[in-house]
Amino acid sequence: MQMYDLPDSRGHFGPYGGVFVAETLVHALEELRAAYETARKDPAFVAELESELKHYVGRPSPVYHARRWSDLLGGAQIYLKREDLNHTGAHKINNTMGQAMVARRMGKRRVIAETGAGQHGVATATVAARYGMECVVYMGAEDIKRQAANVYRMKLLGASVVPVESGSRTLKDALNEAMRDWVTNVESTFYIIGTVAGPHPYPVMVRDFQAVIGRECVVQMPELAGRQPDAVIACVGGGSNAMGIFYPYIPHDDVRLIGVEAAGDGLATGHHAASLCAGRPGVLHGNRTYLLQDAHGQIVETHSISAGLDYPGVGPEHAWLKDSGRAEYVAVTDDDALKAFHDCCHREGIIPALESAHALAYAAQLAPSMARDRILLVNLSGRGDKDMHTVAEKSGIRF
Amino acid sequence: MSRIADVFGKLASARRKALIPFVTAGDPAAGGTVELMHALVGAGADVIELGVPFSDPMADGPVIQRASERALAEGVSLDDVLGFVTAFRKRDSTTPVVLMGYANPIEAMGTEAFAGRAQTAGVDGVLVVDYPPEESAEFAALVRRHGIDLIFLLAPTSTKERIDSVARLASGYVYYVSLTGVTGASHLDVGGVGAKLAAIRRSISLPLGVGFGIRDGESARAVGKVADAVIVGSRIIQEMEQGDPAAAAARAATLVRSIREALDRP
Repeated sequence: MQMYDLPDSRGHFGPYGGVFVAETLVHALEELRAAYETARKDPAFVAELESELKHYVGRPSPVYHARRWSDLLGGAQIYLKREDLNHTGAHKINNTMGQAMVARRMGKRRVIAETGAGQHGVATATVAARYGMECVVYMGAEDIKRQAANVYRMKLLGASVVPVESGSRTLKDALNEAMRDWVTNVESTFYIIGTVAGPHPYPVMVRDFQAVIGRECVVQMPELAGRQPDAVIACVGGGSNAMGIFYPYIPHDDVRLIGVEAAGDGLATGHHAASLCAGRPGVLHGNRTYLLQDAHGQIVETHSISAGLDYPGVGPEHAWLKDSGRAEYVAVTDDDALKAFHDCCHREGIIPALESAHALAYAAQLAPSMARDRILLVNLSGRGDKDMHTVAEKSGIRF
Repeated sequence: MSRIADVFGKLASARRKALIPFVTAGDPAAGGTVELMHALVGAGADVIELGVPFSDPMADGPVIQRASERALAEGVSLDDVLGFVTAFRKRDSTTPVVLMGYANPIEAMGTEAFAGRAQTAGVDGVLVVDYPPEESAEFAALVRRHGIDLIFLLAPTSTKERIDSVARLASGYVYYVSLTGVTGASHLDVGGVGAKLAAIRRSISLPLGVGFGIRDGESARAVGKVADAVIVGSRIIQEMEQGDPAAAAARAATLVRSIREALDRP
């Protein structure tokens, strides 16, 4: 394939991405773009980030051959990229560490973040504590009720958690509120966005920080399996873990890239969060991308058993990868994800995050149709400790 | 000449300042918007900014967010907003109407369809909050072909380069946001506003309106000394929220009239 050099200088991935924000934010984004450009080309920054990822986050994360589960499925071999073993239990910290270091270079003493399930909020609160920065996390009032343990974790780490009561009181509204804080306090404040969405440079910056996942895999797979995988599979909400593992594989033409969205109760029911499979392009949160919207262009409420996938948009680079055909996007239901969650627990002794269980579910569907010498690499983006209550409730168990 | 240019021309010759109230279409009730617009004109509005409700008004503070939520609860869409303008035009053929909102409802209708229908309805200007100049060259050309002005925002942080890029695309007037923040914020530095407007005038010859942070007759009057137009939004919506919805238009008109009087005082 042609050399892949997206986005362009204004953050466009074909017709997607860009900077769709009010004038009041443009200057702050321009400052951020310039600061990030300088940082990523500075060997001292790169070396410090590598050192932090190694000693604080615990990288590289291993790749593990899920041999028993693969044998039971009777087809392709499933390998798991163990992002669940990172400090704070998910891939989110790869990005928050990078952005917090950019914030420090810019002299910002206060960081803010939006969070849905709380994973990005926890990862932000963690690096803020690590660097002695003030931290404010915006979280939808509905999500605060559903994720009490993560709210407490953030508070233990010294962050303030601000409930957002507007709109649907979930992740998208938390993002709106964080943007409002940023535009009001732009002098002192750095906004750490948690996914590959938002206005330029966020989609490219977050991708770059998460691409460590895929870069490690490109080295690890030949060592462990003797070659690169036939397909790389990752769940997609906003799409940061998927972008992180896909990006280094984009030039590997013979590696399929498969993103798995949340089909919730099923795409036909309308209760889902599958922007790429069932949405259409529009403008939200500073970029053009696929959105779940009604006929009048209002953003609709989404549903997924996994709070981390419960978002009506998706990163603009995924929109481009879909249209260009380089990546494929599918969706699995809550029930399929739950089954994969339990299978992964029982067969491999690994409790996956419900988000990651969507990628596992699709791998488990695909594997039996493939020969035993085929290889599927699944990004196990986070661990499932945070989902105990959700899964127990589904099984009718109360603590 | 567009209605907007016409109004600003007449005001300039009379050495008066334009008063531009903002209300969200469909708030507090879908059935009341057209009457509210007429009441604002009766109270001294020169131009009306009509907000198109959106589910995710990222640049707005809590007051306009609530207005947007009430309007959406009333089921008000961009189709309905164009309907309100059509109805308004039956009794008022001179007061300019500017639609202010976010890109997605317009893109969902289709930009071509929107421009045509807005022209037919009698819309004079459009301000798309999340279309900065870099992303709106095509849209600017499209609405201009339909005789509609594209209004842009400028902020205290806008550089000379950005002011120039707005100068190339803008028509009607330019909306200067008096502070970095969201709509409905309270602090206002009139001296700073005056200095920035002087810098903007070196690149832009269009009338300059100032909004964000104007609360009453006195702050409007202070801003009117340096700007061509004073834009008041959140304060009007608050005024309507504080009373019976049936009295909303009357309450808004009383406030607008008091601002008008302060603005016109010699």
